[in-house]
Amino acid sequence: MSRYLLRRLLISVPVLLGISVVLFSILALAPGDPFGELALNPNIPPEVRFTLRKQFGLDDPLVVRYGRWLAAMLHGDWGYSFVSRLPVQQLILQRLPTTLFVLGSAYVLALLIALPVGMLSAMKPYSFFDQVATTFAFVGYSLPTFFTGLLFILVFSIYLGWLPFIYSSTIEARGFAWVIEHLRQGAMPITVLGLFEAASLTRFVRSAMLEVIHQDYITTARAKGLTESLTILKHALRNALIPVVTIVALQIPTIFTGAVITEQIFRVPGIGSLLIAAIESTDTPVVMAITFVYAALVILFNLLADLIYGLLDPRITYS
Amino acid sequence: MSLDEVALQEWMHRVAHGMADRRAFLRYMTGLGLSGPFLSNLLATYAPAQAQTPQPRADFAPTKRGGGGKLRLLWWQAPTILNAHLASGGKDLDASRVVCEPLAAFDPDANFVPILATDIPSLDNGGLAQDGRSVTWRLKKDVVWHDGKPFTADDVIFTWEFAADPATGATTTGSYADIDHIDKLDEHAVKVVFKEPTPFWYDAFFGHRGHILPQHLFAQYKGQEARNAPYNLKPVGTGPYKIVEFKPGDVALYEINPQYHVPNRPFFDTVELKGGGDAASAARAVLQTGEFDFAWNMQVEHQVLSGLERGGKGKVLITSGASIEHIQVNFTDPWTEVDGERSSLKKPHPFQTDPLIRQAYALAVDRRTVAEQLYGTGGQPSSNFLVAPPRFVSSNTTWEFDPKKSAALLDQAGWKRGSDGVRVKDGQRLKLVYQTSVNPIRQKTQAIVKKVFEDIGIAVELKAVNAGVYFSSDPGNPDTYSHFYTDIQMYNTGPGSPDPQAHMDRFTSWQIAQKANNWSGRNIPRWSHPEYDRLWKQAATELDAVKRTALYIAMNDMLITHNVVVPVTWRHVVSATSTKLRGMDVTAWDSNLWHLAYWYRAA
Repeated sequence: MSRYLLRRLLISVPVLLGISVVLFSILALAPGDPFGELALNPNIPPEVRFTLRKQFGLDDPLVVRYGRWLAAMLHGDWGYSFVSRLPVQQLILQRLPTTLFVLGSAYVLALLIALPVGMLSAMKPYSFFDQVATTFAFVGYSLPTFFTGLLFILVFSIYLGWLPFIYSSTIEARGFAWVIEHLRQGAMPITVLGLFEAASLTRFVRSAMLEVIHQDYITTARAKGLTESLTILKHALRNALIPVVTIVALQIPTIFTGAVITEQIFRVPGIGSLLIAAIESTDTPVVMAITFVYAALVILFNLLADLIYGLLDPRITYS
Repeated sequence: MSLDEVALQEWMHRVAHGMADRRAFLRYMTGLGLSGPFLSNLLATYAPAQAQTPQPRADFAPTKRGGGGKLRLLWWQAPTILNAHLASGGKDLDASRVVCEPLAAFDPDANFVPILATDIPSLDNGGLAQDGRSVTWRLKKDVVWHDGKPFTADDVIFTWEFAADPATGATTTGSYADIDHIDKLDEHAVKVVFKEPTPFWYDAFFGHRGHILPQHLFAQYKGQEARNAPYNLKPVGTGPYKIVEFKPGDVALYEINPQYHVPNRPFFDTVELKGGGDAASAARAVLQTGEFDFAWNMQVEHQVLSGLERGGKGKVLITSGASIEHIQVNFTDPWTEVDGERSSLKKPHPFQTDPLIRQAYALAVDRRTVAEQLYGTGGQPSSNFLVAPPRFVSSNTTWEFDPKKSAALLDQAGWKRGSDGVRVKDGQRLKLVYQTSVNPIRQKTQAIVKKVFEDIGIAVELKAVNAGVYFSSDPGNPDTYSHFYTDIQMYNTGPGSPDPQAHMDRFTSWQIAQKANNWSGRNIPRWSHPEYDRLWKQAATELDAVKRTALYIAMNDMLITHNVVVPVTWRHVVSATSTKLRGMDVTAWDSNLWHLAYWYRAA
């Protein structure tokens, strides 16, 4: 096992390097200019733009720029944003709590919905409950988040006036009021995202459960005289969860940058919206940092998923 | 009565001081064709100093500082840097204006309002030199920076050095390039000396190009280091509010400045400026749910806005604007490559150099429909390229929408309809590619123009480029507006300040954008005319206000008679505000927040 772990970790280094080369090249070759807006202003002479481009090393050859970035990265210096001159680390850390709160809670909500609903659907397949749950799952999966987001805003913010629809990252209340305010403004984006995720997870849990429930050992457990709840919870669910846990582990990195559209609609200042804003203004250091972290997380969680699968399923051994 | 220049100036001086009959003067001048507002502006430069002190324009009800609670502002582009001299977008200029102030600002009528200066320099109070080479500013005393240090003439001089230094790469550098040096007369007075006689003296230290920087915070951050200064993210100014927290790309929080130099102002205790999202949902937040008090630059279709207004929580504010949405005609051929570039001066356009064709274009654009259907109260049709300030607007031009006349012109030019309805001449089809940026209102405008053009036999292919790419300055990208690799294109531009000098420089021959200058020239249609060049050069050093105005009007008329551009819509500034908010005085010439110290909420 430890040899397997070591081998995987060693392989991930060249993979990460390769990813960074591809990312950097695409960014460098893409159109766009961090100082593009200056061109529209008649009072800004063109020399200013060219001076700035030289200052930030934007006119150097690609290889030189990549080498510079890599050297800095290895020292732990993630660089400074072209646009706001804030260190990139600080920018990301500013947005991390919001991202974890909104997207993390959405994922937890999705799990809380998907597990019981998927389980019950599998226990009584094609019953009324199952039909309703399946329909909702398909509807939820087909409706895009910008549609459900706007629908929620119209219903809960505009017609009913219950919830604010512009996310504020600077709430000034204390104690309990602080929690309530955060829940109030987070309710809509979390629900929108959670329902979307829950839709696909429900179907997955259902099919995993169905596979397990028809196995012989479940029939044996029932024949032994175990109660239904014990059979399901202790035997069926545990085995059905193995593939589910793997899928969840693989999807966790998407919390980091996912939900860009929802962040745009609700103005949630998360890392996804930072990424899009940086791409649009060609803010290379920020884009490189975020995508690189995302790539590292994907590789890490892939490894984690494989290890967990090996731990949970005794039939699997790694060498 | 015949007047020479000296007698005219003497007369104006006496009228402004009440020593001669104002009515006779006005009657004579309007008889010459000059407008009322222009004349009052003209007299103002001769008027005694008292006339310049700011009167709060709205009735300012609050009588003490503070107590107004929180003001919530919603911009749909988030601020990213809080130093106006290094910023490029309006959002950054507004966000920094809450904290910093210039020496003077522009009000909605483009009048000058002193902020950190005691009064506006004029010929009469000795502020403006007769030869146009220098300006003397008297600064307000007892003004302190947010960190307690006093505001002095050294800060003004430092601001000039900072902006003019090419190593800094300041975006305001153009406004300070004409200054030769600044003399410090005493702790609260400076004399700005220009390199040449400068009629456009009201650029440096005005509005969003004139935020004064504290010298004591920039000791280690001069030149190249300027962008690393902590000031850029935590500015220290003299303004009504101090910065509390700034998250670039998200939100900025401010709190009241208890030592603000105007008594009993400002009204609000804290200000929150949130950014991001889109214009339509920002309109909703102000007009429908009332979550925010003010939203900026509502580029939303007017039917949507009027629908939202019906809720009664907010209202839409229209301020006379300064920008013109216009179609440019390419005088060079975008489809032939010469020495590695298209739209090169070496190859003129196959048919757009024919004045009849351009005239046909101008007659075939349905300006009324575009203005009424798409812009509503936010825009109106225009026949001029220079649409503001009012004294520079030409009354010599008109616009007409007459597709039949346009078709007749095309027939006259020798273009006959082919078998597929598209006109042909000498084997060449009359086909255009028409580009603009991605924007719902622009796409609809394109559709309206295309429909009429195709009815009269011009084939049109529409192209829309992402705004971030279209307006970028990347020399390698063929889709930018300055490359102009299509036959016609459309976008919006206007003078950045109440003086058209830089704005009208867009059509001079030395500004033509080509590969040789990395497409950084401002003359995008690549049109030139020696008469236009001559007029512009003359206006740049002409000190007589009357003559200078006439020169700019003549330049505008040349652009219209030669149909270099087809003006489509004069766009106004549209904002959304809560019904209880007062005192904003939104102006097209300066930041939306120029008057923030005077904003208040009515009961």
